[in-house]
Amino acid sequence: MKKTIVMHTLVGSFAENKDIAKKIRVEQIMPELSRGNEIEIDFDSVDGSTQSFIHALLSDPIREYRDVAFDNLIFKNANDDIRAVISVVYRYMQESLSSSSDNDE
Amino acid sequence: MRIYFNNLGNLRNFRSFVESIDFSDPSTLEIATHGQRIVAHPANLVLAAALAIKVGKANTHIVNEIPSTGRSLDRLGLYKLTNTPSPFTDGEKEPAGRFVPVSVIRSADDQSRFIADMIPLLHLSEENTTVVKYVIGELVRNVLEHSQTTDGAVVAAQYYPTTNRVSIGICDTGMGLWKSLNTYWSPKTDLEAIHLALTPGITGTTRREGGTSENAGAGLFFIKSIAKIARNYFAIYSGKAEYTLLKHDKRIATPRLFANPRMDPHTETASAPNFDGTLVAVDITLDETPEFKELLSAIGAVYDEAIRERRKMKYREPKFI
Repeated sequence: MKKTIVMHTLVGSFAENKDIAKKIRVEQIMPELSRGNEIEIDFDSVDGSTQSFIHALLSDPIREYRDVAFDNLIFKNANDDIRAVISVVYRYMQESLSSSSDNDE
Repeated sequence: MRIYFNNLGNLRNFRSFVESIDFSDPSTLEIATHGQRIVAHPANLVLAAALAIKVGKANTHIVNEIPSTGRSLDRLGLYKLTNTPSPFTDGEKEPAGRFVPVSVIRSADDQSRFIADMIPLLHLSEENTTVVKYVIGELVRNVLEHSQTTDGAVVAAQYYPTTNRVSIGICDTGMGLWKSLNTYWSPKTDLEAIHLALTPGITGTTRREGGTSENAGAGLFFIKSIAKIARNYFAIYSGKAEYTLLKHDKRIATPRLFANPRMDPHTETASAPNFDGTLVAVDITLDETPEFKELLSAIGAVYDEAIRERRKMKYREPKFI
Protein backbone atom coordinates (compact mmCIF):
# COMPACT_ATOMS: atom_id res chain seq x y z
CA MET A 1 0.00 0.00 0.00
CA LYS A 2 1.28 3.48 -0.82
CA LYS A 3 0.49 6.75 0.94
CA THR A 4 1.10 10.11 -0.71
CA ILE A 5 1.85 13.26 1.28
CA VAL A 6 1.38 16.44 -0.74
CA MET A 7 3.76 18.88 0.92
CA HIS A 8 2.64 22.11 -0.74
CA THR A 9 -0.81 21.89 0.84
CA LEU A 10 0.85 21.51 4.24
CA VAL A 11 3.87 23.84 4.09
CA GLY A 12 3.33 26.25 1.19
CA SER A 13 6.19 27.13 -1.12
CA PHE A 14 9.00 27.05 1.46
CA ALA A 15 9.28 24.24 4.00
CA GLU A 16 10.62 25.71 7.26
CA ASN A 17 7.95 25.20 9.92
CA LYS A 18 9.27 22.38 12.09
CA ASP A 19 5.97 22.11 13.97
CA ILE A 20 4.38 21.04 10.70
CA ALA A 21 7.30 18.69 9.98
CA LYS A 22 6.80 17.04 13.36
CA LYS A 23 3.05 16.68 12.76
CA ILE A 24 3.63 15.01 9.39
CA ARG A 25 6.26 12.72 10.93
CA VAL A 26 4.19 11.68 13.94
CA GLU A 27 0.79 11.45 12.28
CA GLN A 28 1.69 10.15 8.84
CA ILE A 29 5.23 8.92 8.28
CA MET A 30 5.86 6.90 11.44
CA PRO A 31 2.51 5.05 11.42
CA GLU A 32 2.89 4.11 7.75
CA LEU A 33 6.46 2.90 8.22
CA SER A 34 5.40 0.86 11.25
CA ARG A 35 3.02 -0.98 8.91
CA GLY A 36 5.75 -1.39 6.31
CA ASN A 37 3.96 0.82 3.82
CA GLU A 38 5.53 2.92 1.12
CA ILE A 39 5.24 6.72 1.48
CA GLU A 40 5.54 9.10 -1.43
CA ILE A 41 6.41 12.62 -0.26
CA ASP A 42 5.49 14.98 -3.07
CA PHE A 43 7.33 18.33 -3.13
CA ASP A 44 5.55 19.65 -6.20
CA SER A 45 5.45 23.52 -6.04
CA VAL A 46 7.70 23.63 -2.97
CA ASP A 47 10.71 25.82 -3.86
CA GLY A 48 13.00 25.11 -0.93
CA SER A 49 13.42 23.78 2.57
CA THR A 50 15.60 24.29 5.60
CA GLN A 51 17.83 21.52 6.88
CA SER A 52 16.10 21.65 10.24
CA PHE A 53 12.69 21.06 8.62
CA ILE A 54 13.93 17.98 6.77
CA HIS A 55 15.73 16.80 9.93
CA ALA A 56 12.48 17.11 11.91
CA LEU A 57 10.66 15.24 9.15
CA LEU A 58 13.08 12.37 8.54
CA SER A 59 15.63 11.84 11.32
CA ASP A 60 13.34 9.84 13.61
CA PRO A 61 11.97 7.62 10.83
CA ILE A 62 15.57 6.87 9.75
CA ARG A 63 16.78 6.29 13.31
CA GLU A 64 13.85 4.07 14.20
CA TYR A 65 13.19 2.16 10.99
CA ARG A 66 16.55 2.36 9.15
CA ASP A 67 16.30 0.14 6.03
CA VAL A 68 12.52 0.11 6.17
CA ALA A 69 12.66 3.91 5.98
CA PHE A 70 15.28 3.95 3.20
CA ASP A 71 13.29 1.44 1.19
CA ASN A 72 9.86 2.94 1.69
CA LEU A 73 10.37 6.71 1.66
CA ILE A 74 10.15 8.09 -1.87
CA PHE A 75 10.57 11.76 -2.70
CA LYS A 76 8.67 13.03 -5.71
CA ASN A 77 9.08 16.33 -7.56
CA ALA A 78 11.85 17.52 -5.24
CA ASN A 79 13.89 20.25 -6.95
CA ASP A 80 17.68 20.29 -6.79
CA ASP A 81 17.81 22.40 -3.62
CA ILE A 82 15.40 20.14 -1.75
CA ARG A 83 17.22 17.04 -3.00
CA ALA A 84 20.46 18.50 -1.65
CA VAL A 85 18.93 19.09 1.78
CA ILE A 86 17.40 15.60 1.94
CA SER A 87 20.72 14.06 0.83
CA VAL A 88 22.59 15.94 3.56
CA VAL A 89 20.20 14.66 6.24
CA TYR A 90 20.35 11.10 4.87
CA ARG A 91 24.15 11.14 4.94
CA TYR A 92 24.66 12.51 8.42
CA MET A 93 21.95 10.33 9.91
CA GLN A 94 23.67 7.24 8.50
CA GLU A 95 27.02 8.51 9.77
CA SER A 96 25.56 8.92 13.22
CA LEU A 97 23.54 5.70 13.34
CA SER A 98 26.39 3.38 14.08
CA SER A 99 27.39 5.43 17.11
CA SER A 100 23.92 6.27 18.42
CA SER A 101 23.65 3.13 20.53
CA ASP A 102 26.84 4.12 22.35
CA ASN A 103 25.46 7.44 23.48
CA ASP A 104 22.81 8.40 25.92
CA GLU A 105 20.42 11.12 24.98
CA MET B 1 21.62 51.35 28.84
CA ARG B 2 23.14 53.22 25.94
CA ILE B 3 23.67 52.30 22.29
CA TYR B 4 25.64 54.39 19.84
CA PHE B 5 25.20 54.21 16.06
CA ASN B 6 28.34 55.52 14.42
CA ASN B 7 29.35 56.00 10.79
CA LEU B 8 31.05 52.59 10.51
CA GLY B 9 28.19 50.30 11.43
CA ASN B 10 28.88 47.36 9.15
CA LEU B 11 29.79 43.83 10.24
CA ARG B 12 33.49 44.41 9.72
CA ASN B 13 33.28 46.83 12.63
CA PHE B 14 30.72 44.89 14.61
CA ARG B 15 33.04 44.36 17.53
CA SER B 16 33.63 48.07 18.04
CA PHE B 17 29.86 48.62 17.98
CA VAL B 18 29.44 45.91 20.62
CA GLU B 19 32.21 47.31 22.78
CA SER B 20 30.59 50.73 22.79
CA ILE B 21 27.33 49.44 24.34
CA ASP B 22 26.62 50.33 27.94
CA PHE B 23 24.26 47.86 29.64
CA SER B 24 24.22 49.62 33.00
CA ASP B 25 20.80 50.81 34.25
CA PRO B 26 18.66 48.16 32.51
CA SER B 27 15.47 50.18 33.11
CA THR B 28 16.11 52.74 30.35
CA LEU B 29 17.63 52.78 26.87
CA GLU B 30 19.29 55.81 25.31
CA ILE B 31 20.13 55.65 21.60
CA ALA B 32 22.73 58.14 20.39
CA THR B 33 24.17 58.59 16.92
CA HIS B 34 27.04 60.08 15.01
CA GLY B 35 26.31 63.72 14.23
CA GLN B 36 26.90 63.66 10.46
CA ARG B 37 26.54 60.16 9.13
CA ILE B 38 24.87 57.00 10.39
CA VAL B 39 25.62 53.55 9.00
CA ALA B 40 23.62 50.94 10.88
CA HIS B 41 23.73 47.27 9.91
CA PRO B 42 20.42 45.46 10.59
CA ALA B 43 22.35 43.64 13.36
CA ASN B 44 22.90 46.91 15.20
CA LEU B 45 19.29 47.91 14.69
CA VAL B 46 17.80 44.66 15.95
CA LEU B 47 19.95 44.79 19.06
CA ALA B 48 18.66 48.30 19.80
CA ALA B 49 15.12 47.19 18.97
CA ALA B 50 15.31 44.09 21.20
CA LEU B 51 16.53 46.19 24.11
CA ALA B 52 13.83 48.82 23.42
CA ILE B 53 11.16 46.13 23.52
CA LYS B 54 12.63 44.86 26.78
CA VAL B 55 12.60 48.23 28.56
CA GLY B 56 9.42 49.51 26.91
CA LYS B 57 8.69 52.38 24.58
CA ALA B 58 8.24 54.89 27.41
CA ASN B 59 11.78 54.26 28.62
CA THR B 60 13.53 54.37 25.24
CA HIS B 61 14.78 57.61 23.73
CA ILE B 62 16.82 58.71 20.73
CA VAL B 63 18.78 61.50 22.29
CA ASN B 64 20.57 63.66 19.78
CA GLU B 65 19.66 65.42 16.56
CA ILE B 66 19.73 62.85 13.80
CA PRO B 67 21.40 63.63 10.46
CA SER B 68 19.53 62.92 7.23
CA THR B 69 21.43 59.63 6.86
CA GLY B 70 19.56 58.51 9.96
CA ARG B 71 16.40 58.20 7.91
CA SER B 72 17.03 54.46 7.80
CA LEU B 73 16.39 54.33 11.56
CA ASP B 74 12.91 55.61 10.85
CA ARG B 75 12.22 53.50 7.79
CA LEU B 76 13.44 50.35 9.49
CA GLY B 77 11.01 51.02 12.33
CA LEU B 78 13.25 51.98 15.25
CA TYR B 79 11.42 55.20 16.09
CA LYS B 80 8.18 53.27 16.61
CA LEU B 81 9.83 51.50 19.53
CA THR B 82 10.96 54.71 21.21
CA ASN B 83 9.42 57.65 23.00
CA THR B 84 11.07 60.05 20.54
CA PRO B 85 9.02 61.37 17.61
CA SER B 86 10.62 60.83 14.23
CA PRO B 87 11.95 63.98 12.54
CA PHE B 88 11.51 62.28 9.18
CA THR B 89 7.94 63.10 8.26
CA ASP B 90 8.37 64.22 4.67
CA GLY B 91 7.89 60.75 3.19
CA GLU B 92 11.16 60.94 1.30
CA LYS B 93 12.42 57.56 0.13
CA GLU B 94 15.46 55.96 1.64
CA PRO B 95 17.94 55.81 -1.24
CA ALA B 96 20.12 53.09 0.26
CA GLY B 97 18.05 50.15 -0.83
CA ARG B 98 15.25 47.78 -0.08
CA PHE B 99 14.59 46.51 3.38
CA VAL B 100 12.55 44.47 5.80
CA PRO B 101 11.75 46.70 8.79
CA VAL B 102 12.27 45.56 12.37
CA SER B 103 9.78 42.74 12.97
CA VAL B 104 9.04 40.62 16.01
CA ILE B 105 8.34 36.92 15.50
CA ARG B 106 6.87 34.98 18.41
CA SER B 107 5.63 31.71 16.91
CA ALA B 108 6.22 29.24 14.09
CA ASP B 109 3.14 30.56 12.31
CA ASP B 110 4.44 34.14 12.62
CA GLN B 111 7.69 32.90 11.11
CA SER B 112 6.01 31.29 8.11
CA ARG B 113 4.01 34.45 7.43
CA PHE B 114 7.10 36.64 7.84
CA ILE B 115 9.16 34.59 5.40
CA ALA B 116 6.37 34.64 2.82
CA ASP B 117 5.88 38.40 3.21
CA MET B 118 9.49 39.60 3.39
CA ILE B 119 10.78 38.45 0.00
CA PRO B 120 8.65 40.91 -2.01
CA LEU B 121 10.05 43.71 0.21
CA LEU B 122 13.60 42.86 -0.83
CA HIS B 123 12.69 42.52 -4.55
CA LEU B 124 15.09 39.61 -5.01
CA SER B 125 15.14 37.35 -8.02
CA GLU B 126 13.66 33.88 -7.60
CA GLU B 127 17.07 32.21 -7.60
CA ASN B 128 18.32 34.46 -4.81
CA THR B 129 15.37 34.04 -2.50
CA THR B 130 16.15 30.49 -1.36
CA VAL B 131 19.32 31.33 0.51
CA VAL B 132 17.72 34.34 2.24
CA LYS B 133 14.65 32.33 3.25
CA TYR B 134 16.93 29.55 4.44
CA VAL B 135 19.07 31.80 6.62
CA ILE B 136 16.14 33.62 8.22
CA GLY B 137 14.16 30.39 8.61
CA GLU B 138 16.95 28.66 10.51
CA LEU B 139 17.95 31.62 12.67
CA VAL B 140 14.43 32.57 13.72
CA ARG B 141 13.64 28.97 14.52
CA ASN B 142 16.71 28.80 16.75
CA VAL B 143 15.38 31.72 18.77
CA LEU B 144 11.89 30.26 19.08
CA GLU B 145 13.22 26.86 20.17
CA HIS B 146 16.24 27.60 22.28
CA SER B 147 16.19 31.12 23.70
CA GLN B 148 13.14 30.85 26.00
CA THR B 149 12.48 34.51 25.37
CA THR B 150 9.02 35.92 25.90
CA ASP B 151 9.73 38.85 23.58
CA GLY B 152 10.25 36.85 20.39
CA ALA B 153 12.89 37.01 17.67
CA VAL B 154 13.62 40.55 16.49
CA VAL B 155 14.52 40.55 12.79
CA ALA B 156 15.52 43.11 10.17
CA ALA B 157 17.12 42.87 6.75
CA GLN B 158 18.34 45.23 4.08
CA TYR B 159 19.35 44.78 0.45
CA TYR B 160 22.12 47.03 -0.84
CA PRO B 161 21.96 47.21 -4.65
CA THR B 162 25.41 48.75 -5.13
CA THR B 163 27.09 45.71 -3.54
CA ASN B 164 24.25 43.27 -4.36
CA ARG B 165 24.26 42.25 -0.73
CA VAL B 166 21.54 41.26 1.73
CA SER B 167 22.36 42.00 5.38
CA ILE B 168 20.37 40.25 8.06
CA GLY B 169 20.23 40.69 11.84
CA ILE B 170 18.32 38.50 14.31
CA CYS B 171 18.32 39.15 18.05
CA ASP B 172 16.63 37.91 21.19
CA THR B 173 16.82 38.81 24.86
CA GLY B 174 16.44 35.23 26.04
CA MET B 175 18.70 32.98 28.07
CA GLY B 176 21.80 33.30 25.85
CA LEU B 177 23.99 30.58 24.36
CA TRP B 178 25.82 29.64 27.55
CA LYS B 179 22.64 28.68 29.42
CA SER B 180 21.13 27.06 26.34
CA LEU B 181 24.12 24.72 25.96
CA ASN B 182 24.88 24.21 29.64
CA THR B 183 22.65 21.18 30.30
CA TYR B 184 24.53 18.85 27.95
CA TRP B 185 27.84 20.56 27.16
CA SER B 186 28.80 22.66 30.21
CA PRO B 187 30.77 25.37 28.42
CA LYS B 188 33.11 27.16 30.81
CA THR B 189 32.68 30.59 29.25
CA ASP B 190 30.39 32.49 26.87
CA LEU B 191 33.11 32.27 24.22
CA GLU B 192 33.31 28.50 24.58
CA ALA B 193 29.51 28.42 24.23
CA ILE B 194 29.82 30.30 20.92
CA HIS B 195 32.50 27.86 19.71
CA LEU B 196 30.24 24.93 20.61
CA ALA B 197 27.19 26.51 18.97
CA LEU B 198 29.15 26.91 15.71
CA THR B 199 30.47 23.34 15.77
CA PRO B 200 28.55 20.88 13.57
CA GLY B 201 26.52 18.30 15.47
CA ILE B 202 26.41 20.20 18.76
CA THR B 203 22.92 21.02 19.99
CA GLY B 204 21.68 22.17 23.37
CA THR B 205 19.14 19.34 23.45
CA THR B 206 21.34 16.22 23.55
CA ARG B 207 24.88 14.83 23.36
CA ARG B 208 23.76 12.08 21.00
CA GLU B 209 25.32 12.01 17.51
CA GLY B 210 22.69 12.87 14.94
CA GLY B 211 20.82 14.95 17.50
CA THR B 212 17.24 14.42 18.59
CA SER B 213 14.17 14.07 16.42
CA GLU B 214 13.95 17.87 16.41
CA ASN B 215 17.54 19.13 16.44
CA ALA B 216 20.76 18.18 14.68
CA GLY B 217 23.03 20.98 15.83
CA ALA B 218 23.56 22.06 12.25
CA GLY B 219 21.82 25.43 11.95
CA LEU B 220 24.51 27.92 12.95
CA PHE B 221 27.30 25.89 11.34
CA PHE B 222 25.39 25.93 8.04
CA ILE B 223 24.75 29.68 8.23
CA LYS B 224 28.38 30.46 9.08
CA SER B 225 29.48 28.21 6.21
CA ILE B 226 27.13 29.92 3.75
CA ALA B 227 28.72 33.24 4.75
CA LYS B 228 32.20 31.81 4.37
CA ILE B 229 31.66 30.29 0.93
CA ALA B 230 29.96 33.48 -0.22
CA ARG B 231 32.96 35.43 1.17
CA ASN B 232 31.00 37.42 3.68
CA TYR B 233 30.91 38.39 7.29
CA PHE B 234 29.05 36.46 9.96
CA ALA B 235 28.85 37.59 13.58
CA ILE B 236 27.46 36.21 16.79
CA TYR B 237 27.22 37.89 20.19
CA SER B 238 25.99 36.41 23.46
CA GLY B 239 26.93 37.07 27.07
CA LYS B 240 30.42 38.52 27.20
CA ALA B 241 31.53 36.85 23.97
CA GLU B 242 31.55 38.03 20.39
CA TYR B 243 32.83 36.18 17.31
CA THR B 244 33.09 37.62 13.79
CA LEU B 245 33.94 35.47 10.79
CA LEU B 246 36.13 37.57 8.52
CA LYS B 247 35.72 37.90 4.78
CA HIS B 248 37.61 35.23 2.91
CA ASP B 249 40.49 36.21 0.65
CA LYS B 250 39.30 36.49 -2.96
CA ARG B 251 42.58 35.01 -4.25
CA ILE B 252 41.55 31.61 -2.87
CA ALA B 253 39.17 29.97 -5.34
CA THR B 254 37.12 27.91 -2.89
CA PRO B 255 37.18 28.81 0.79
CA ARG B 256 37.82 25.70 2.84
CA LEU B 257 35.22 24.86 5.47
CA PHE B 258 36.25 23.82 8.95
CA ALA B 259 34.20 22.09 11.62
CA ASN B 260 36.18 23.96 14.25
CA PRO B 261 35.19 27.66 14.19
CA ARG B 262 38.55 28.64 15.69
CA MET B 263 40.23 27.53 12.45
CA ASP B 264 38.28 30.04 10.37
CA PRO B 265 39.75 33.52 9.94
CA HIS B 266 37.92 35.46 12.63
CA THR B 267 38.12 37.91 15.48
CA GLU B 268 36.70 37.13 18.88
CA THR B 269 36.53 38.54 22.37
CA ALA B 270 35.55 37.11 25.73
CA SER B 271 35.29 40.49 27.42
CA ALA B 272 32.51 42.30 25.58
CA PRO B 273 29.79 44.12 27.56
CA ASN B 274 27.53 41.41 28.99
CA PHE B 275 24.47 40.94 26.76
CA ASP B 276 21.63 38.81 28.16
CA GLY B 277 20.53 37.30 24.90
CA THR B 278 21.89 36.30 21.52
CA LEU B 279 22.45 38.22 18.32
CA VAL B 280 23.35 36.66 14.98
CA ALA B 281 24.16 38.67 11.86
CA VAL B 282 25.12 37.67 8.36
CA ASP B 283 25.81 39.32 5.02
CA ILE B 284 25.05 37.48 1.80
CA THR B 285 26.57 38.86 -1.38
CA LEU B 286 24.38 37.38 -4.06
CA ASP B 287 27.04 37.53 -6.82
CA GLU B 288 29.38 35.40 -4.74
CA THR B 289 26.87 32.80 -3.58
CA PRO B 290 27.17 29.53 -5.51
CA GLU B 291 24.12 27.53 -6.42
CA PHE B 292 22.32 26.58 -3.26
CA LYS B 293 22.50 22.82 -3.88
CA GLU B 294 26.29 23.05 -4.26
CA LEU B 295 26.54 25.11 -1.11
CA LEU B 296 24.59 22.54 0.85
CA SER B 297 26.53 19.58 -0.52
CA ALA B 298 29.85 21.17 0.44
CA ILE B 299 28.63 22.09 3.92
CA GLY B 300 27.03 18.67 4.39
CA ALA B 301 30.30 16.92 3.58
CA VAL B 302 32.11 18.82 6.35
CA TYR B 303 29.26 18.08 8.73
CA ASP B 304 29.57 14.32 7.99
CA GLU B 305 33.31 14.43 8.50
CA ALA B 306 32.87 16.17 11.86
CA ILE B 307 30.50 13.43 13.02
CA ARG B 308 32.94 10.73 11.84
CA GLU B 309 35.81 12.38 13.66
CA ARG B 310 33.85 12.71 16.88
CA ARG B 311 32.76 9.09 16.62
CA LYS B 312 36.36 7.98 16.24
CA MET B 313 37.25 9.83 19.42
CA LYS B 314 34.85 7.54 21.29
CA TYR B 315 36.33 4.28 19.96
CA ARG B 316 37.70 2.04 22.66
CA GLU B 317 41.43 1.39 22.45
CA PRO B 318 42.87 -2.12 22.89
CA LYS B 319 44.56 -2.83 26.20
CA PHE B 320 48.15 -3.88 25.63
CA ILE B 321 50.38 -5.09 28.45
